Amino acid sequence: MNWVDTIIQGVLLGGLYALFASGLSLVFGVMRLVNLAHGDLIILAAYLILVFVNTLGLDPFLALIIAMPVMYAVGWGLQYLVLNRTLGDDILPPLLVTFGLSIVIQNGLLEGFTADSRRIPLPTLETQSLALGPINIGVLPLLTLLSAVTVILVLNFIIGRTQLGRAFRATSDDRVTAGLMGIRPRTIFAHATALALVVVTIAAFFLSTRSNFDPSIGPARLIYAFEAVILGGLGSLWGTLAGGIVIGVAQTLGAAINPEWQILAGHVAFLAVLLVRPRGLFPRAVD
Amino acid sequence: MAMTARENNVLVSTRARGGIAFAVGIVALLGLAAAAPLFVSRSTVQDLFQIVTLLVLAQCWNLLAGYAGLVSVGQQAFVGVGAYAMFAAISLLGLDPLTAIGIGGVVALIIAIPAGFFVFRLQGAYFAIGTWVIAEVLRLGLAQWKALGGGTGTSLPGGAAKALPGVDFVAQTLHVRGPQAVDIVTYWLALLLLVACIGGIYALLRSRQGLGLAAIRDNPNAARSVGVDPRWLRASVYGAAAFLAGLAGALIYVQKARISPDAAFSVTDWTAYVIFIVVIGGIGTIEGPILGVLVFFLLEKLLAGYGSWYLLILGALGIGVMLFARRGLWGLLTERTGFQIFPIRRVLRSGPTHNKRRGE
Repeated sequence: MNWVDTIIQGVLLGGLYALFASGLSLVFGVMRLVNLAHGDLIILAAYLILVFVNTLGLDPFLALIIAMPVMYAVGWGLQYLVLNRTLGDDILPPLLVTFGLSIVIQNGLLEGFTADSRRIPLPTLETQSLALGPINIGVLPLLTLLSAVTVILVLNFIIGRTQLGRAFRATSDDRVTAGLMGIRPRTIFAHATALALVVVTIAAFFLSTRSNFDPSIGPARLIYAFEAVILGGLGSLWGTLAGGIVIGVAQTLGAAINPEWQILAGHVAFLAVLLVRPRGLFPRAVD
Repeated sequence: MAMTARENNVLVSTRARGGIAFAVGIVALLGLAAAAPLFVSRSTVQDLFQIVTLLVLAQCWNLLAGYAGLVSVGQQAFVGVGAYAMFAAISLLGLDPLTAIGIGGVVALIIAIPAGFFVFRLQGAYFAIGTWVIAEVLRLGLAQWKALGGGTGTSLPGGAAKALPGVDFVAQTLHVRGPQAVDIVTYWLALLLLVACIGGIYALLRSRQGLGLAAIRDNPNAARSVGVDPRWLRASVYGAAAFLAGLAGALIYVQKARISPDAAFSVTDWTAYVIFIVVIGGIGTIEGPILGVLVFFLLEKLLAGYGSWYLLILGALGIGVMLFARRGLWGLLTERTGFQIFPIRRVLRSGPTHNKRRGE
């Protein structure tokens, strides 16, 4: 058994989990909302890309580029029309509404696409690999990790350097005062969720090209995303990437020992880190 | 049905209009429910069993989310643990089913201690997903337990449930076959569990601890300043809910007689349904889940042929209630009438200004 190879595969898998988690982290950072439908929205985006590829015959990459603005609009509408109504001091309404949404999306997809496993084919790319000495690195997993890094760089740029990002931070710190300065929190929240769903679409692309998916697998993706966010420490996107990598490496190591232990090993690693560092590996925010 | 307390010359009462009438009504309804197996078919008894056990789980979840502010989406963890502990006690230890059900509850309570240790480190919304992780860990872990069938599950030894007390007696008196007698006895046990569950929650909410819970819900900091310990109180509620869910899970799987990790830890069956029952009925009241379970069951019968549309409609209904009528159907009902079947609201009947009139 080649441990180095296993760990590298785990790091690359961690890139996918960081992609799952970045959107969740962004929405939580801006409006303290935990979206329990996050995983199901990833699967929804995957089906959207699948429809573009299958019915319009588009190239998967082109389908991804078309799906991004569509999901942006979905996110904007979802936040503006539904989730904004739930925000307040009580954590119950946002949790229960997003939980309801999760069930609605799962069963809607089940009704529309049946429970069959699907996959988006990438004929040449999915089998290609780079040989680094004795270790082969798949091009697609490498692309996933690079995309995660790019997404985090772009998100950090938006949050840190742009006017929209300033509005995000101001609303996150103090909604009322931000409102006095001419920021409309409702619109800012809509932009944040919309942006998160663009990241979700990118995550969906890599999920659906690397493995099979069906309408029921959303909640598990939510859990991986959540574990990555908590492990990394709230408020730090680079921490989220580190958290994703911890989960990814734990899963590939677990699977290398016994294939049945893959998912369990990820959860156990999460609980172990939570035990020693309750606030995650790189805590920044207090929440 | 009423309680009054005099503290510092302030008379606080939870007496509500029509309390006696409701009490008589509840006893009559319970009598009717207990007598139901004498004159309804076996499938109706099974339906009633489903209603009663779901109502137990709904009351537990309502206690967690509606009163203690602990929104858990991982209560299936304790249903599954209770069920598996019961299976292990019967299949591996050869214990009798009633003891095994009790063991199910106790093991769920024991598991709740380390589980609580982890999830209470997570605040608010993250607590919710934390509970889900615990349930997943338990599901995946128990799927490794080969003696109980691993991932594919196992069945109870043939006729094991017939060792429940009273099964032979019911079979002989009502002239029914063994499996039907098991259904009837498990239904009665479920009814007993429901009475204990609602009675316990009602007593808790009217006690000092219940007042503390309401205070934490309304303002945790103010509650702490008057000596309420939120952590201890919330942890106790979490443990109690785990114990009851464990008993319910064990009871459900004695009746089903077949278990698998995916079914026993199903988030849809043991948490999603339960959440929708509470939300649609009215969160934060004892009456709400009772109304909710009836609506749930009616919808289930109406939409039985439509597959996943059923859950889709249930989810949409839950979202609608949370957005537009946050207190649920029961809330809509009591907004105008103001009546309560289980009065827990404390009403100030007389304060210090009335002291002279009361002659104290």
